[in-house]
Amino acid sequence: MLDVRNISVIFNQGTPNEKVALDNVSLHLDEGDFVTVIGGNGAGKSTLLNSIAGTLNVASGNICIDGKDVTRLPDFKRAGEVARVFQDPMKGTASSMNIEENLALAMSRGKRRTLKWNVTNAESHQFKQMLTQLNLGLEDRLDCKVSLLSGGQRQALTLLMATINKPKLLLLDEHTAALDPGTASKVLAMTESITSENNQTTLMITHNMRDALQYGNRLIMMHNGRIIFQAQGEEKKKLTVQDLLNKFATLGEENDRIMLAN
Amino acid sequence: MTSILASFFTGFVNSLPTTFTEGFVWGILAMGVYISYRVLDVPDMTVDGSLALGGIVSAMLTVNGWNVFLTIPIAILCGALAGVVTALLHTKLKIPAILSGILTMFALYSINIRILGNRSSQSLVGLPSVKDSLSSLFNIPFQYSNLIFAFIVMAIIVAILYWFFGTQLGSSIRATGCNIDMARAQGINTDNMKILGLAISNAIAALAGCLLTQLQGSADVNMASGTIVIGLASVVIGEIIFSNKVSFWLKLSGAVVGATVYRLIIVIALLLGMPTSDLKLVTALLVAIALALPLIKGIKAKGGRKNA
Repeated sequence: MLDVRNISVIFNQGTPNEKVALDNVSLHLDEGDFVTVIGGNGAGKSTLLNSIAGTLNVASGNICIDGKDVTRLPDFKRAGEVARVFQDPMKGTASSMNIEENLALAMSRGKRRTLKWNVTNAESHQFKQMLTQLNLGLEDRLDCKVSLLSGGQRQALTLLMATINKPKLLLLDEHTAALDPGTASKVLAMTESITSENNQTTLMITHNMRDALQYGNRLIMMHNGRIIFQAQGEEKKKLTVQDLLNKFATLGEENDRIMLAN
Repeated sequence: MTSILASFFTGFVNSLPTTFTEGFVWGILAMGVYISYRVLDVPDMTVDGSLALGGIVSAMLTVNGWNVFLTIPIAILCGALAGVVTALLHTKLKIPAILSGILTMFALYSINIRILGNRSSQSLVGLPSVKDSLSSLFNIPFQYSNLIFAFIVMAIIVAILYWFFGTQLGSSIRATGCNIDMARAQGINTDNMKILGLAISNAIAALAGCLLTQLQGSADVNMASGTIVIGLASVVIGEIIFSNKVSFWLKLSGAVVGATVYRLIIVIALLLGMPTSDLKLVTALLVAIALALPLIKGIKAKGGRKNA
């Protein structure tokens, strides 16, 4: 499904501030894989996701999605295959547009945008059913401006938008980090149910070790722009938070956020 | 005292048809400014040049024997082209939006003089301008035929824009202006949307310039100086009047109502004896105060702007 082959990303190349953000990283995802990504700040997690999404150019290497080389495609041309949910709940939705307009924009992701009416009655009906299933209390507020929603509601809506037309790959960049613990667990539960229902191939960055262990069938740990540890299936199930912390300790990684997350 | 009031009142009433005509024409311009400034979130100064461009192209084609009504689509096309130039400077050459607009506007001044044949103005007196053809066709004074014509064109533009910004394509332009990260994540080619949006905005400005020329009977290279400020004034006055309205067509109509109210304010101020040369100072103050209102009201300016 996803094939990342030897990609490197270098910031400020050729200057004294040069930083290798990704160092020859390779990663293969099969269809239906749910991979959690952990690592300290500056480990290269977001850089990896942004390279796959196309918002960053890689210095070398290839990225293939479902056999198609997308390395040189800009982000918006990959959007039909790759859907994203950002950390900032404000970033994923258009605040001055209403709920159904946002959903309709997501619906035509990867398709040609024409002079057809953006939200048809049939779509409106369909959106209402989808929102009813999610139980967010938004099903009767389709014409409500997104700016009036809470951060949690906006993030849930972004997640629904990201998965509405079943993308080949879903990228979650700490999508619950800006939410309060209660809301975060609701959005995570929703993530779990949508991804398992759709057999959705997913990459999820998290700073929370427990979430990294609880969700997904695979886990990767990054450090200094490299993948330094991988676990999957039974091996991943046996891992404990303490195991992960020990691994970080061997790296000399003193990361407050990781310690605080537990 | 009574006689002064009476003369003020007569002057005011007599000026009403012209004031409303100008209100509708500048209202069309204000809708163009609304698209760049509010929908796309790009303060686009190109309109200063494209309004004059529309008027001048229309005037010169009329002089060269074109049917006056056929000059309108050509003027619109020229305006759209000016918008595309600004958008290309901004999106492809990565020049900041406001500077891109200033550059195009600056260049258009020379181009406009060239189109005028190295002169600064063109009169349509004695030629079949829209003003004269409509007036003689319906056999009514030109003030009234102008008023009706401007109203109809304005209403058509409101209807077209309302429809367009409800389509998938129009919604993509709105999303681009509102949240560019979201738009790109939804697969929207944001560069193309900016190009299309600025083309439409300047096409509308050129249409307004074309109407001004055809209804006044002359075109002038300086006819549009300060257009952007008048457009902004209209947009913000409209927003104050329709402050609680959220639907898109009311916001568009708000720009027209704002433009008309602005004209009325100016006419009253002039009748009360304000020198014409103070017009720009008063307008600038009006825009500054109106734009600062959200802050004065204690609403966060950023949030208010995005949700406008």
